[in-house]
Amino acid sequence: MDTRTKNVSLEDLQRIVGEEHAWEATPDDAVDGVGSSFVAEPGSVEETSELLRFAAEEGLAVSPRGGGTKASLGNPPREVDLVLSTVRMDEVIEHVPGDQVVRVQAGIKLEDLQERLGGSDQMLGIDPPETKSGATVGGVVAANSSGPRRHRYGTIRDLIIGITVVLSDGTVAKAGGKVVKNVAGYDLSKLFTGSLGTLGVIAECNFRLHPRPEAARTVAVELASTQAAGEAARAVLHAQLVPSAVELHWGEDERLLTVLIEGIPPGVEAQSDTAYYLLRGFGEVRTLTQEEAGSSGPSGAGDEVALKIGAPPAELTGVLDSVLGACSRRRVTPLISGHAGIGVTYVSLSGGDDEAYVQVVEELREIWTRRGGSVVVRSAPPSFKERVEAWGPMGSRLELTRRVKEKFDPRGVMNPGRFAGGI
Amino acid sequence: MEREALIRTMQSILGPEGVISEREQLRSYECDGLMNYRVIPELVVLPETAAQVQAIVRVCYDEGIPFVARGSGTGLSGGALPVESGVLIVLSRMRKILEVDIPNQRVVVEPGVINMWVSNEVAEDGYYYAPDPASQIVSSIGGNLAENSGGVHCLKYGFTTNHVMGAEIVLPDGSMVNIGGGKAPDAPGYELLGAFVGSEGTLGIATKITLRIVRKPEAVRTLLAAFKDTEEAGGAVSGIIGAGIVPAAIEMMDALCIEAVESAVQPGFPQAGAILIVELDGPAAEVENQFEQTLKICEENDASEIRVAEDDAERALFWKGRKAAFAAMGRISNDYYVQDSVVPRTELGKVLKKISDLGEEYGMRIANVFHAGDGNLHPLVLYDNNVPGEAEKAEKLAGDIVFTCLEHGGSLTGEHGIGEDKKKYMPKMFTTDDLNVMQLLRCAFDPHQICNPGKIFPTPRLCGERPGPFRMHPVQRAGLAENF
Ligand SMILES: Cc1cc2nc3c(=O)[nH]c(=O)nc-3n(C[C@H](O)[C@H](O)[C@H](O)COP(=O)(O)OP(=O)(O)OC[C@H]3O[C@@H](n4cnc5c(N)ncnc54)[C@H](O)[C@@H]3O)c2cc1C
Repeated sequence: MDTRTKNVSLEDLQRIVGEEHAWEATPDDAVDGVGSSFVAEPGSVEETSELLRFAAEEGLAVSPRGGGTKASLGNPPREVDLVLSTVRMDEVIEHVPGDQVVRVQAGIKLEDLQERLGGSDQMLGIDPPETKSGATVGGVVAANSSGPRRHRYGTIRDLIIGITVVLSDGTVAKAGGKVVKNVAGYDLSKLFTGSLGTLGVIAECNFRLHPRPEAARTVAVELASTQAAGEAARAVLHAQLVPSAVELHWGEDERLLTVLIEGIPPGVEAQSDTAYYLLRGFGEVRTLTQEEAGSSGPSGAGDEVALKIGAPPAELTGVLDSVLGACSRRRVTPLISGHAGIGVTYVSLSGGDDEAYVQVVEELREIWTRRGGSVVVRSAPPSFKERVEAWGPMGSRLELTRRVKEKFDPRGVMNPGRFAGGI
Repeated sequence: MEREALIRTMQSILGPEGVISEREQLRSYECDGLMNYRVIPELVVLPETAAQVQAIVRVCYDEGIPFVARGSGTGLSGGALPVESGVLIVLSRMRKILEVDIPNQRVVVEPGVINMWVSNEVAEDGYYYAPDPASQIVSSIGGNLAENSGGVHCLKYGFTTNHVMGAEIVLPDGSMVNIGGGKAPDAPGYELLGAFVGSEGTLGIATKITLRIVRKPEAVRTLLAAFKDTEEAGGAVSGIIGAGIVPAAIEMMDALCIEAVESAVQPGFPQAGAILIVELDGPAAEVENQFEQTLKICEENDASEIRVAEDDAERALFWKGRKAAFAAMGRISNDYYVQDSVVPRTELGKVLKKISDLGEEYGMRIANVFHAGDGNLHPLVLYDNNVPGEAEKAEKLAGDIVFTCLEHGGSLTGEHGIGEDKKKYMPKMFTTDDLNVMQLLRCAFDPHQICNPGKIFPTPRLCGERPGPFRMHPVQRAGLAENF
């Protein structure tokens, strides 16, 4: 293990966070294959600030980590000296059910938070698949993770109402507040959403909450063609239904569009009937069992090449055709799923070699960038990432994006290189 | 650049009709909806295209001339207050709806388009644009975006920021950038759009805006309930929210406000200490069920009278009364001063009591109309400008109300913005570090601080950039920042 890092010793870090909370990194602490020298777990905003100030003075490159479920998102960092883990900061700071607002430390696991909130029949309206593998709330914000219910509740940017961040020079700053409606000052909560640790460490977050639905039902239609997929999705979107999720599952054996209806029992009943009649014209319709309905969402971790395509929602058929076409020409097998009402499609590739995958991604990226969308590599083996940049082109935003980074992290020590535009 | 040369340059971009330089004409742009602050700008320019906006901004950048964007000028925090020796860029000639895309549920507009026009445009297709500020028949989408405007239906559907999906912006250096995905979700890179919305015209000028439109609900039910006082009405609000119901809107008005509205637009509201207007919308079966529940909760909280809107006309009448509230104050008072603070919903009762105590202490009347569902208060402090000292007293009282709200965990403003008006209060809500970090964003977008300078932040921060080869920093020249 290489611990030559600058002039820093483990004891320096332990002095700040306590002896048990800093150690020399192991291979498991690598960030997308790039090894770190140290790991430290600060227990408070103050310790986080002190740690970052120290790291800045010593010129250490810092990679913030929550549950570690997104270590393979983005490009491999150029360097990592210190992994700063937020997991000790895992408290609910305040939850007043009557306000439908919660304030938490960033290191709390989303699953734990949802359980706590469930006690008051409330929830944070976000359901990324990484919830089950230990994603923290701060990590969800930093990675802008989302799940099927974004169809109804939006993404985390729509739910976050306040934030406390620590910049790379140790400055602690907050923005927003703990009220749902608030326009005082710039909305830094949104700026930090999806910034993947490159602007600073997210230490605390405040969210608006929603009542937990009493009942749920999933109605699914079997799809015979990509055309049917697009038409069925469009019919649901245009109807007066208010589904929580509209999901596409397109695999070898099963091709479904599912509509998740949630709410009070009589509402769920009536809306499910409507969904049933609406979908009948596109294929065979059935109600999924709870078990079937629960097994949705791409994992996005592991060694496969996993992509996320963002495209206008009405182009679902076009997205599917482009993926199927690009894959079949290279004898690659795609597994496709997605948030059909939103325009997010996940694809994981198997059965081919790197060269084939690279060609598929380049072809899709060319098509969907031209049509105003994007193709992001969510995870892939290192050999693949050497050949394909993870985020794709940034268009006219690139220069401005770099200027934002320069202001918040002028030394460029926060997760250098992982983000879009080489940031 | 000399004034005459500047006028000629702007005329060469816009033609003679696009430039206003006569002092008398400039005067009509000296303030926005908040008339306490007035500044006559050097010039007013009226671009018709994004390319013209870009050309204007380039001149300003090259010459170090500050500029301010203005939509319809209805803002209530002095956001569009001009800068002396600066250019006011009025966007009211950019009023084209550029694209309606029903399959993707998007509408693309120029910034001067009026909020209501968007809903009108897509009504036949069964859609509408959800954010509905009371000023929606006059305020512009560009202004709405800059203020992150709210409306009575934002409790359920979210604010402007949740409905703007993309924007073409002209940065203060004259470059043009597209932020947000527009029609496609999850564009890679920082969430610059989320930071731009609500930035009160200080980060650049939006020249094209992509909005999300929402399907009209299957059912809408509206009731009006009268209560003995705001406390009992507040009890009903807590009951409804506590039952897990998310109404489309819950608005409250107190007795003084009811009186004013009644004499202005005669909606026939009951005489009461407080009334609530509650609206539910969504799938019919759900709405019917929860509406029954809502009625019961109002009864349990001793509502003295409950009216259910029988049709769209009656519903419109309820809302007419509500949306006329500010304007109606003229019926009971010469002048009024409105605040826009927010408190956590569970603190409403305590805060309302304190506001009423403050009114008594100052010997002034305060009318209350507010978004009860999200705790966004609009206390209207009534006064008479002809009585010497009353305006100052009203402002001081309004300030005390703001501090009370902050003490209870609230915010300075829920929808009207900080602008010129509330920047002095910012240090009460945020630390110096908080404000400095916010201004890092400002420095990334507008390093020379020529874009709506002097707003939001009590102490502008220079960005460490050298202000060009030639002269004093424009912000300093305008007397808006000391050098530090
Ligand atoms: C009677 C009345 C009722 C109101 N009710 C509500 C309400 O219910 N909810 C609410 O939120 N507000 C309300 N307002 C306040 C006001 O209408 C809103 O803030 C509105 O969004 C302002 O729009 P505008 O076009 O008038 O903008 P302006 O007042 O012209 O400008 C507002 C700000 O936006 C900036 N700006 C304007 N256009 C652009 C652009 N294209 N790009 C960048 N910046 C730009 C300006 O520089 C300024 O800082 C009300 C006002 C009145 C007078």
